[in-house]
Amino acid sequence: MLRERTFNIVAFLALPLVASIALALDEPFIISLATRAAILALAAVGLNLALGLGGLVSLGHAVFFGLGGYAMGILASHAQSYVPLDLGFIVIEGTKSMPIIWLVAVVVSAATALLIGLLALRTAGVYFIMITLAFGQMFYYFTISWPAYGGEDGLSIYVRNDFPGLNTLDPIQFFGLVFAVLAAVLWVMGRIERSPFGLALGAARQNAVRVETVGLSPFRLRLVAFVISGAVTGLAGALFADLNRFVSPTMFSWQMSGEFIIFIVLGGIGRLYGPVVGACLFVLLEHLLSGISDFWLIYLGTVLLLVVLFARGGVIGALSKPDATHD
Amino acid sequence: MTTLLLIEQVLNGLQSGIMLFLMAAGLTLIFGVMGLINLAHGSLYMIGAFAAAAVAAATGSFLLALIASLVAAAAAGVVIEVGVIRRLYDRDHLDQVLATFALILILSEGTRWLFGSFPLYLDVPAALAGPVTLPGGIAYPAYRLVIILVGLVLAVGLFLLIGRTRIGIQIRAGEADREMIAALGVNISRLYTLVFALGAALAGLAGALVGAIQSVQVGMGEPVLILAFVVIVIGGIGSIKGALVGALLVGLTDTLGGVLLPLALSGIMDASSATTVGSALASMLIYVLMAVVLIFRPTGLYGTA
Repeated sequence: MLRERTFNIVAFLALPLVASIALALDEPFIISLATRAAILALAAVGLNLALGLGGLVSLGHAVFFGLGGYAMGILASHAQSYVPLDLGFIVIEGTKSMPIIWLVAVVVSAATALLIGLLALRTAGVYFIMITLAFGQMFYYFTISWPAYGGEDGLSIYVRNDFPGLNTLDPIQFFGLVFAVLAAVLWVMGRIERSPFGLALGAARQNAVRVETVGLSPFRLRLVAFVISGAVTGLAGALFADLNRFVSPTMFSWQMSGEFIIFIVLGGIGRLYGPVVGACLFVLLEHLLSGISDFWLIYLGTVLLLVVLFARGGVIGALSKPDATHD
Repeated sequence: MTTLLLIEQVLNGLQSGIMLFLMAAGLTLIFGVMGLINLAHGSLYMIGAFAAAAVAAATGSFLLALIASLVAAAAAGVVIEVGVIRRLYDRDHLDQVLATFALILILSEGTRWLFGSFPLYLDVPAALAGPVTLPGGIAYPAYRLVIILVGLVLAVGLFLLIGRTRIGIQIRAGEADREMIAALGVNISRLYTLVFALGAALAGLAGALVGAIQSVQVGMGEPVLILAFVVIVIGGIGSIKGALVGALLVGLTDTLGGVLLPLALSGIMDASSATTVGSALASMLIYVLMAVVLIFRPTGLYGTA
């Protein structure tokens, strides 16, 4: 068996490997599947900071995913129709530029995460799960019944947005961009995990009273984690919308939030690369099983059930042995 | 807005509230006694509705259909509890959420596989199909009125069961201290199976009763499940009284909000945008209600931390 670190490197490089093989075989669909896996992994990497390290089981992270998606959808739709968004006190021009859209997605998601966190973190345990779920449903039903941006039908963007120096309509170039973002975020998350903040956050999960006794505020640690986590998931939402060139209220649905948690647990909870492995495995299973049977969700459900009941370290835990420790 | 219309909407709100109570009572019992979050509760609601629709189509009897919904949901509850749920009592909430989420996938797709993707229809029994005239001249569908009454009778029965019978004492004792009552010779694992089956039967019956008003289809359970969660969180998890108050609050807020908000907003904006904004806000209203309750009482109205 491989050491966990080696396993992580192999698993991480599998994505670009699959994409390059698909490029060589001229299979753009496989490339877009790999892109999808990378984006979903990014969303789950965001959630993993709150859930894995902070112990905050948020069943409402689809809020940020959807907000990122709609940030892209709204800005791009105004650019596409050449009608600026008039809010009364300020007029916003639409844009097709990815960096600006990303910035907006991150800022909007972070601000929303701050608000939701301030309210939701007053509760704990089941109540936290339920209040985050409720916020998710709030946004879901709001977008369904708000007709300005397509309502229930969603919003199509005809041309993928631009990134300086790249042709984003070329599948492999868009994949490269997404993968670079994922790699950068993973690097930052790895740094956060080992930083004093990350250690304190992990400690607050294990024993909040002790953390409080040494003079740190678990509430503030969790709030910061929740905001960063929401921002990353929001960025993933903007990329996801750009991949599909389509946003709809399903990005806000609670099944979406559930899937993010599935990625994390499938890969192995509390592991930096867990969500990446989980998301890739999920996309792979989805692709393979849906080819076998119309009722592939039965098999997916069974796999998930078995992982939860019997494989507590997730796939990484089952297929690798722990890294050498300092004895 | 006439008073008649308002009364009719209040009755509609009561009806949806009382059906939510049937769902929420099971959820809150299961959480209170076993400490388990059961996302698959909505699937039991769906199973009840499908069993009722199938039996009604085969026999033509609505009563038999209701009995079938109770039996099928309770049986499914027992199988699920013994097969899966039992292993989850000692796990953390995350594992419970995931495992029961997996159960939703399996049960929903399994039902789709058995019955197909098209909705089934369950007809309201002929004797209750028409309207009745209430005092004050309000014509209201007889079936909905009967649903309200059935729900109220079940609520009273549940309160008596929990408060007045031996089994109720054991259930409450199980909530307070499971080791103690196991030591007193109560078969705790059979008690858990029983509570789960009871909750499942209530959910199944609710599914069948509502299925006759709406259509019976795969995925019908999840919206109700989430509403039921909102209910028990507002009421306080583990409290049956909280579930009743929460269910009525949610039912009334949801129904009346959809009617009153657009009307209230039409005072300050033109009619078409009042309808749009009003219905958009109304769909969020119960979640706002829940957030407000949790902010002021983080453990719900009747919850004990």
